[in-house]
Amino acid sequence: MELSEHIKTANVEDVTLKRPFHPALRGTLCVTSHHLLFSDRKDEASWQLLILLRNIDAIEKRAVGSSGTITIKCKDLLVLQLEIPGMEECLNIASSIEALSSLESVTEMYPFFYRPSHLTLQGPWGLSSMEQYYKQTERLWDRWRVSTVNSDYSVCPSYPSAVIVPREVADDMLIRSARFRQGGRFPVLSYCHHRNGMVIMRSSQPLTGANKKRCKEDELLLQAVIDGSELGYVIDLRSAQQAQQARMTGGGFESKSCYSHWKRIHRHHERGKVVQESLIKLVEACSDPSHSVDRWLSKLENSKWLSHVHSALSTAGLVVECVERDGHSVLVHGSEGTDNTLLVSSLAQLILDPASRTVTGFLCLLEREWIQAGHPFQQRCAHSAYSHARLKQECPSFLLLLDCVWQVWRQFPLALEFSEALLLRLAQEAYASNYGTFLCNSEQERCAAGVKENTHCLLQSLLKPDIEEQYLNPLYEPTDLAIWPSVHPQSLQLWTGLFLRWTEYAQNMVEAREEVWSIVKEHRERAGPDQTNNTLSTHCETLTPFENLMDELTIL
Amino acid sequence: MEHIITPKVEFVKLLNRYHEKKSALGTLYLTATHLIYVEQINDTRSETWVLHHHITSIEKLPLTASGCPLLIRCKTFQVLHLLFQREKDCQDVYLSLLRLSQPVKEEELYAFLYNPHQNEEERRQGWEFIDVANDFSRMGLSNEYWEISHLNKNYEICSTYPSVLGLPKNASVAIVTGSAKFRSRGRLPALSYYHKDTKAAICRCSQPLSGLTSRCVEDEQMLQAISQANPNCPFIYVVDTRPKLNAMANRAAGKGYENEDNYSNIRFQFQGIENIHVMRNSLQKLLEVCSMKSPSMSDYLTGLENSGWLRHIKSVMDAGMFLAKAVYEERASVLVHCSDGWDRTAQVCSLACILLDPYYRTIKGLMVLIEKEWISFGHKFSHRCGHLDTDPKEVSPVFTQFLECVWQLSEQFPSVFEFNERYLIEIHNQVYACQYGNFIGNCQKERLEMRLHEKTFSLWPHLLKNQDLYRNPLYRRSLECTFLRPSTLPLHFKFWCGMYNHYDRGMHPKQSVLDKLLSFTQKKVEGEQTMTELQRQLAVADGVLPDPSGPINTPAEQDSPIENTPTATVVQSNGSCAPLINGDAEEAGPGVEKCNEKEGAEPAAPEHDLTSSKDKPVSVETEHSKEEVQESS
Repeated sequence: MELSEHIKTANVEDVTLKRPFHPALRGTLCVTSHHLLFSDRKDEASWQLLILLRNIDAIEKRAVGSSGTITIKCKDLLVLQLEIPGMEECLNIASSIEALSSLESVTEMYPFFYRPSHLTLQGPWGLSSMEQYYKQTERLWDRWRVSTVNSDYSVCPSYPSAVIVPREVADDMLIRSARFRQGGRFPVLSYCHHRNGMVIMRSSQPLTGANKKRCKEDELLLQAVIDGSELGYVIDLRSAQQAQQARMTGGGFESKSCYSHWKRIHRHHERGKVVQESLIKLVEACSDPSHSVDRWLSKLENSKWLSHVHSALSTAGLVVECVERDGHSVLVHGSEGTDNTLLVSSLAQLILDPASRTVTGFLCLLEREWIQAGHPFQQRCAHSAYSHARLKQECPSFLLLLDCVWQVWRQFPLALEFSEALLLRLAQEAYASNYGTFLCNSEQERCAAGVKENTHCLLQSLLKPDIEEQYLNPLYEPTDLAIWPSVHPQSLQLWTGLFLRWTEYAQNMVEAREEVWSIVKEHRERAGPDQTNNTLSTHCETLTPFENLMDELTIL
Repeated sequence: MEHIITPKVEFVKLLNRYHEKKSALGTLYLTATHLIYVEQINDTRSETWVLHHHITSIEKLPLTASGCPLLIRCKTFQVLHLLFQREKDCQDVYLSLLRLSQPVKEEELYAFLYNPHQNEEERRQGWEFIDVANDFSRMGLSNEYWEISHLNKNYEICSTYPSVLGLPKNASVAIVTGSAKFRSRGRLPALSYYHKDTKAAICRCSQPLSGLTSRCVEDEQMLQAISQANPNCPFIYVVDTRPKLNAMANRAAGKGYENEDNYSNIRFQFQGIENIHVMRNSLQKLLEVCSMKSPSMSDYLTGLENSGWLRHIKSVMDAGMFLAKAVYEERASVLVHCSDGWDRTAQVCSLACILLDPYYRTIKGLMVLIEKEWISFGHKFSHRCGHLDTDPKEVSPVFTQFLECVWQLSEQFPSVFEFNERYLIEIHNQVYACQYGNFIGNCQKERLEMRLHEKTFSLWPHLLKNQDLYRNPLYRRSLECTFLRPSTLPLHFKFWCGMYNHYDRGMHPKQSVLDKLLSFTQKKVEGEQTMTELQRQLAVADGVLPDPSGPINTPAEQDSPIENTPTATVVQSNGSCAPLINGDAEEAGPGVEKCNEKEGAEPAAPEHDLTSSKDKPVSVETEHSKEEVQESS
């Protein structure tokens, strides 16, 4: 079925658009295969709103006399209302939106049609491959190697074709270890600490099962990781009880008797549906119009979102403590090793590694630890907070990561090169995008669908030709030290930038940010070019004009 | 002096609330004014100064194997957990502090001893620096409708009111005095704020003595006069800030609220702010939440909700918003009262002023506002802050709530206030410190009788002198004509960690945007000063200006030499990450605990200095920040 067959009414005149904190507008509404386009009827300087249909999470229809109202709730939390004259038109538009916003086939999605003039499809896709990362990271060369055992994705379908493993472990051992791990996600290197060479590994749970099966190769692989040193830590992202229970369904944990040099620490993390429901509850609480503080605090508590933020940062802190302070290597895993595992390992890197706090470094970290590492974006981000559809595999793990990064940024406002705006942009793109970066669930799927050949890469476009000023932190001052966030409940806050994004409050914050920029620029001018070079990143020298964040995101 | 049993105790442990391991071992000193804890680690000496007046409670905890614990809680929300080796020392310190922290007579307050090295002329200027009458002229008084009245110059009409009042021009003396008799404690309707553009006014008073049936013609005429003073609106709002139930209960006691039938053209409204006792208990609960040892996120949020604190903050904000909207949007005058009109009324009127008038959002404007709505209109600072050992039921964090409302606004509007969070916290500390005379006494008459202007100094010049510390670098003057329209949705009310967990440095952001931006803007100011100086020299060289020795145009005021001590700059570079190497997830390293601002710093006082200061406390060059954690390297 052609996409256009879903469109019964392509154009409606005299539609009224209502947005929060803006006067209502009248204009024309168009539905295309991938967009909803509203343009007001003024001849000159007409104003347009273009919404990617993929961005629409839920719609509600309501009939008022002969006309209808459609409420559009977007995945980026924007809520719009359209008043459409004519009941039939209204229903047609609604059914088009419903059908076109939830396309199943990847190649029908907009990234496969997005062809901006300033980008070409030639050249490499993405920022860096695992091989390149290895080449750039000299400290790995001695003890680690790149294995292409998964080059045809047969060993682990969700891993990239190349992974980094201990030099002395041969490919056939990896294959054995993979068979012993859920989904074939055998232990691979995630990060090697620049101070002491200690590493963070990640994997999925071992398949010990009820009979306490063992796998010699898996044990040897982990033995090779700590390479003769006394001790490594397994940070299991489930409670001890949950890990025990997992054995009943074929999963399990690294027992002391089989992995004698590894000490296991359990930290309970919620996953899947529970976290998705937290997001739904939190967003609902944020749009609660009642004026009771008690009700708000109780809803905030009840959503448990901040509890998840708290757990993620605490466990990342624990990993950092093992690696940085105690000088031990760490293996992180939960069950599948595709959500909380990535959350904890990438947060730990952000805290430990100054290189991951630059714009490029952070985007590379996301590419390596989330996209290449096989976080199933398509399943997890199929719906956001408004959808009434029955939950399948949705889970805002990536949003949780961005929230945690924001918390770190709030506590260390000078230590990250990027700004909150970049985090907001990523939050939006993960759910609906012009780019192919967050399509599919793994590298294998992306290869099969031809994502690399037929779509543009978001991460590349963010950096080219120059990163926009709004994504930079004007106060950035690189530091080599670990940035250890406080996890006292008093230190963690609701990420208002995201959850109150479409309120007047956000506008005040934009103004404050502009003011910070103007102070910093004035300071740089006074300080002269010499000092500028010393203290500021090279990006800042060619600044593109500041554009309003919200306009940038809603209006094409 | 006679109260200090032991001036010095060695080997006292200062327990870290969150980390037993990080506890310090040091020496405790008691001086006439401060408790000082000195910790010596290798070459680093760190001092914690706590003003006796800041201590709100001292509690001896049960003996443990490691010693005798003493828990000291402060009005600044600092908590010290000390551990003594010997019971006797603990008991001695306990008894001394019990007496020292609860002065009985006014003369024992710090302000009567403290001398910031000013001569009598400077002292006089300091007290004259903020003049409420000037604010009346700034609003445009006297004018066609309002006049400045001296009817209360001997405090005969109302003993707790200021001597100068703004009253409607067409209210005769008989109406004024008659109305005063019908109001609780004579607190008659008087002008709080006049909004030039709309000609609407905010007036304040206490509850009427209406009981179940009484009425008073003069009071009715008084409200009529207020209404007539505003040509833009045919009615006035009468706002009772109390919950309706409380107000009704008062009727039985011969007080109550205005009966709409007796007054022409009033619109009556309750606002539902709870009384001082509810607020006191709520703060108590909030502080329990703040001091939970390692709460889960749910414990914390549930505790925050159960304390009700943010609910009360919102109720004050809602009422302030109601007033401001009435004036700005409906051009209606408002008369506000609660019971006595010195707590909730002060909160709400001053908040409305801030929402309506950008002047009160400046450093000096906030001083004027506090002087006007709080000090001169008789907010009972001595009672509410518990300066003296009096009825604990009179103590209530009413003023703290006002400061918090301002902070909540500054979180919603980062660029409309000239001052930053530190200014609010500093004012809060000073209110309780009694180092300056401004917040001593309960009303103007009492202050006059205490001769505070002769015996103590004013806080405001001191704050102004240090205003560079308190500036908000994001302040935009261009926004200054806007009426502030905050969102009062519950999710905008946040817990104020910077106030209630002020001394738990580990909870705060480890790097400060404020410091960073202040250092930028400070350099700009310095640069401009250098430029002016160079231009001046050039002009002199060119012969345009007379000899440089003349007192012309000296570049903007320089800080006094006291403030230029090197220690001040050391502490300023506080935003560094140095302590983070050995920091951990729970608490930042020691360096972060340095105090942010420090002026009047003197070299770390060696022991003999302290003992000598015992004898002549006045000579100790203590500035306000002494009571904060100090550290010298």
